[in-house]
Amino acid sequence: MTLFLLSIMVFLGGQVLPGNVGRAILGPFADQRAVDALNHSLGVDRPLLTQYGSWIWNFIQGDMGTSYIFRSPVAPFVIDALGNSMKLAAVAFVLVVPIGILGGVIAALNLNRPLDRIISLGGLSVTVLPEFVTGIILILIFGVWLRWLPISAAWPRDAGFFTQLYYLILPSLPLFLVLFGYIARMARSGMIEALDSDYTRTAVLKGLPWRTVIWRHVLRNALLPTITVIATQTGYLIGGLVVIETLFRYQGIGSLIFTAARGKDFPVLEAGILTIGIVYAVATLAADFLYSVLNPRIRLGTDQ
Amino acid sequence: MTEPANALELRDLSVAYRVGGRDRAVLRNLNLTIGQGEAYALVGESGCGKSTVALSVVRYLPRNGSITGGAIALDGQDVMKLDAEALRRARAESVSMVYQDPGKALNPSIRIGRQLTEIFELAGVSGQAASGRAVAMLNRVRISDPASVMQRYPHQLSGGMQQRVAIAMALANDPSMLILDEPTTGLDATVEAEVLDLIGQLRQELSASILFISHNLAVVSKMCDRVGVLYAGMLVEEGPTQAVFNDPRHPYTVALLRCLPRGGQRKDQGRLDTIPGFLPGIGSDIKGCAFADRCALATERCRTEPPPLYELADDAGNRLSRCHYHEQAQSLPRATPSNIAAPARQAASPAVLRVEGLNKTYASHGHPLRAVKDVSVSLRPGETLGLVGESGSGKTTFARLLLGLVAPDEGGMIELEGKPLAPRLESRGDDQVKAMQIVFQNPDSALNRSHSIRHLISRALKRLAGLSGKALEARLTDLVRSVRLTERHLAVKPRQLSGGLKQRVAIARAFAGDPRIVVCDEPTSALDVSVQAAILNLLADLQSKEDVSYIFISHDLAVVRYLSDQIAVLYLGRIMELGPSEAVFAGPHHPYTEALLSAVPKLDQTETSRIRLDGEIPSATNPPPGCVFHTRCPRKLGPICEQQEPPLSETEPGHAIRCHIPYAELATLQKKVVQPEPA
Repeated sequence: MTLFLLSIMVFLGGQVLPGNVGRAILGPFADQRAVDALNHSLGVDRPLLTQYGSWIWNFIQGDMGTSYIFRSPVAPFVIDALGNSMKLAAVAFVLVVPIGILGGVIAALNLNRPLDRIISLGGLSVTVLPEFVTGIILILIFGVWLRWLPISAAWPRDAGFFTQLYYLILPSLPLFLVLFGYIARMARSGMIEALDSDYTRTAVLKGLPWRTVIWRHVLRNALLPTITVIATQTGYLIGGLVVIETLFRYQGIGSLIFTAARGKDFPVLEAGILTIGIVYAVATLAADFLYSVLNPRIRLGTDQ
Repeated sequence: MTEPANALELRDLSVAYRVGGRDRAVLRNLNLTIGQGEAYALVGESGCGKSTVALSVVRYLPRNGSITGGAIALDGQDVMKLDAEALRRARAESVSMVYQDPGKALNPSIRIGRQLTEIFELAGVSGQAASGRAVAMLNRVRISDPASVMQRYPHQLSGGMQQRVAIAMALANDPSMLILDEPTTGLDATVEAEVLDLIGQLRQELSASILFISHNLAVVSKMCDRVGVLYAGMLVEEGPTQAVFNDPRHPYTVALLRCLPRGGQRKDQGRLDTIPGFLPGIGSDIKGCAFADRCALATERCRTEPPPLYELADDAGNRLSRCHYHEQAQSLPRATPSNIAAPARQAASPAVLRVEGLNKTYASHGHPLRAVKDVSVSLRPGETLGLVGESGSGKTTFARLLLGLVAPDEGGMIELEGKPLAPRLESRGDDQVKAMQIVFQNPDSALNRSHSIRHLISRALKRLAGLSGKALEARLTDLVRSVRLTERHLAVKPRQLSGGLKQRVAIARAFAGDPRIVVCDEPTSALDVSVQAAILNLLADLQSKEDVSYIFISHDLAVVRYLSDQIAVLYLGRIMELGPSEAVFAGPHHPYTEALLSAVPKLDQTETSRIRLDGEIPSATNPPPGCVFHTRCPRKLGPICEQQEPPLSETEPGHAIRCHIPYAELATLQKKVVQPEPA
C-alpha cells in the first residue's frame, strides 16, 4: 500500500517537474516537430493515467522502462547503482552497529559519570551535523591533509575486495557519525531501562556475578528496541545517500537519482525512487520479523 | 555454647534519598532484630520506608539512595562492610527476596527453567543435576507440572504461578533470611490465599527467618510472630502480632486498625474512622513526635519532645511504643464521627436499573469468548450492588456494558428508570449518559494532567449539567465541598495532589451531572487504608444525600461488604450467587462464594479451615461443560455437575444460587464453617 502511494507520488512528481522531455533532450534550438516526434516515440504525450498504468505494470514485471537520455533499459543502471550503494551501506553498517551499541552500553554502565557524558554528548553533537559538513571535514583531514585515504570513492576498474573497502572507508565515515549517536542513544536508554528493571534486581539478588547479569539478563532485553531501530535505519543507509554519493563521486543509487532528476530522465528517476521505497519496506519488515523472533512475548503470543 | 547470632539486626539504620540536590531522610535511626527462624512483619502506609528497609538489607537501594548511618548485620555479618564479591556471595547464599509484581520480577526473554538452573549452577551444580533440582524446587512450591513450566516463558504463566516461581527462585539456595516485600499485593484473593498458604507451609519446612513487608494488616496477622509498625522511617510500635493488633499501644496503630471495615461492618452501622492529614514528606524536619500533627491525643510535649521507644511493662513482654502516652493510646478519639452515614432504606421504591439476560461474546483467535453470560440484576435507588469475583470473571466487562462502552450481544435488555437504554453510548440520550457515570481505579490516568482541578470539574459541570456562569460557580463550590476538597485544591494540577485527593476529584466529576448510577471500579484499591476509609465514607455520605446507586467492583470483600446492599458473585461471566449482602456473607453460600470468603485473611484469627480451590480459573474461550465451576469445586456432587449447568435458582426471597446442591443441604454442609454473625 505504501509502495503504491509512493509510486503514484513519484510518478506525479516526475510529471509536475517543469519542462518538456523532448526539448530537454534535444536542446533549445531543435525543431519543434522533432521535439514532438521524440515526445511521441517516448510516449510522454499520452494521457497521464495510461502512462502510469503501463509504467507500473512493466515495473511489476521487472521492466523498469527505457532511459530517456541513454536510450537503454533502466534496470541495469538501477541494479548496478543499488549494488554499489549496498556495498557502501554494508561498510558503514559493519562499522556503526557494533561501535554504536558498545558506546551506548558503556555509557549506560557508567551512567552520569564522565565516560557517559563524553559518549552521549559526543554522539549527539556529531549526529546533528549533516553528512555534507562532516563529509567535507573528513575529506579535508584524511584526504587532503593527511592523505591517508582517497577522496573519491570511485575505485579503479578490476579493484579487489580490499581495494574497494579501502576506497569506501572515507565515504562511510560521515554515515557512521550520523548513525552513531542515534544508535548509541537508543542502546543507552534501553540499557538504563533494563538495568532499573525488577528482573535485573532479581538476577543481582540471586547472587549472579555482575558479568552474567549483564550478558544473560540485561543485554538481550535492553537491545531489542535498538535492533529494531537499526534494521529500520538500513533503509536510510541505502536510500539516503544522495549527498554522500555526490560528494564522493560514487555511482550509487542516490547519485543515479540525482543525475536523473537533473536530466528529467523520469523512467530512471521513478525506478530509482521506487526501488528505495522497496528497500525501506523490506528493511522495516525485516526489523519487525527480527523483533518478533527475539521477543518470546510476540513469538509465542499471550495464550497459555 | 554461644548463642547463634540474630538473623537480622538493624542498628540505628538511617537511609536518605537524594532529591533535588539534598539528602532527605527516609529511615531514621531504625533498630530492629529478627531472631533465627522468626517471621517479622513490617507494616505502615506507603511512603513510610518499608521497602527501603528491605532494599537496604540486600544493599540494592536506588541510585539516589544511600545509607547515611548505622549498621546492618545478617547472621552477625556486617553487610555494609562486605566488598563486592562477599556481597554477591551473601546474596547467593544467605539472603533472598521476593517482591510485588512477579510478572516484572522474572526475565521476560528467558525460560523459567533457565532462570532456575542458573542459581544451582552458581552453587556448582550443572546440567541434568541442576534441572533435577529445579524440578524439585518447582514441586516444592506446589507447581503441578514442573517439566512443562520449565519450558515456558514468564508471560505464559498466570500471576499466581509467576509468584510461585519467584518464591522457588528465592528459596532455591536455601537462604537463612527471606525478605517478602508485598508478595501478594495485586493478586486475586484466592491466589493471595494460596501464596500465603504456601509461604506458611514452607516456613515449617525451612529454617529461614522472614521479614514480611505489607500494608495489609490482616495478611500480616496471619503470617508473622512479631510486627513492627513503621511511620516516617521510625518504628512507632513493636510487639507480638496478636498483642499489637488486639491491644495497640500507639495512636497510629490504633487509628490504622480502625480504618478497616471489620467484623462485617456495614455503611448503615456507622462511618469508618480515618486518619486526618498526611505522612510527613521524606526528609522533613521532625521536632517532636512524627505523628503529632495527625494525633488527637497530642499535647505540647508531643510537639516538642521526641518520644523514645518506651518499653511496655505489660504481660506479653518485648513490647515497644514510641508514644509519651502509650497507656492512653486506645482512648484516641475518632477522627471521623461515627454517626450513621447511610440509613437503612425501605425496599419499596421501583428499580432504577434493571438488566435482563445480558450477554457479551468477544471473538478471541476465532473462538467465541463469553465474557458475560445471561446476567440479570436490578438495583433500587440509593442501593449498592457489589460485584465480586476473581480476575477474568467478567466484572469489568459488565460495567462497560452498562456504560455503553461496549455493545452487548443481541437480545439482552438494560432499563434505566423504566426506559430501555440503547446498547451503545453514542445512541443514548444526554440525560441517560449523565445518569450513569464511572469512577476508575487509577485516578492518575483518569484525570487529564495538563488541566487544573477547577477546569476538570467545571468542564464536567458544563458538559453534564449544562451549567455556566454563576450557576456553575455555585454548583462547583457545592460539589467541591461535598467531596471534602477545599478552594485551595482548585487551582492545582492533578499531579500536585495525593492519590486520595485525586480520587475525590474523580468522584466530584462523576457526580457533576447528578447521576442516578455511579460505577465504581476498584476505586480504593490503589489507596492506603486510611485514605480508603475516607473515600468509602465519602461514597456512603454521597449516597445517602443524593440517593444515588452504585455498582461497586472490588476484590476486597470487607470493602464490598461495607458498602453493598446486594452482592453478585461472578465466575467466568456468569452470576453464581446473587442476593442481599448480609445473606450472601452469612450463607449458606454457593461453594465458590464460600471459597472466596474463606480465602480472605482476617485480622482477628477467628479463621476456620480454609477451602482451597485447585487449579486456575479456566479459559473463558473454553469454559467447562455443565457447571463452569465444577473443575475447582470442593463440593462437586458428581457427573451431574459436569453435564448440566445448574440454573440460578432462588433459595430465599431475593437470594439466588447457581448450584445443583439443594439449599438445605448447602446449609448443613457449611454449618461447620460458617461463623455466627457478630451481633
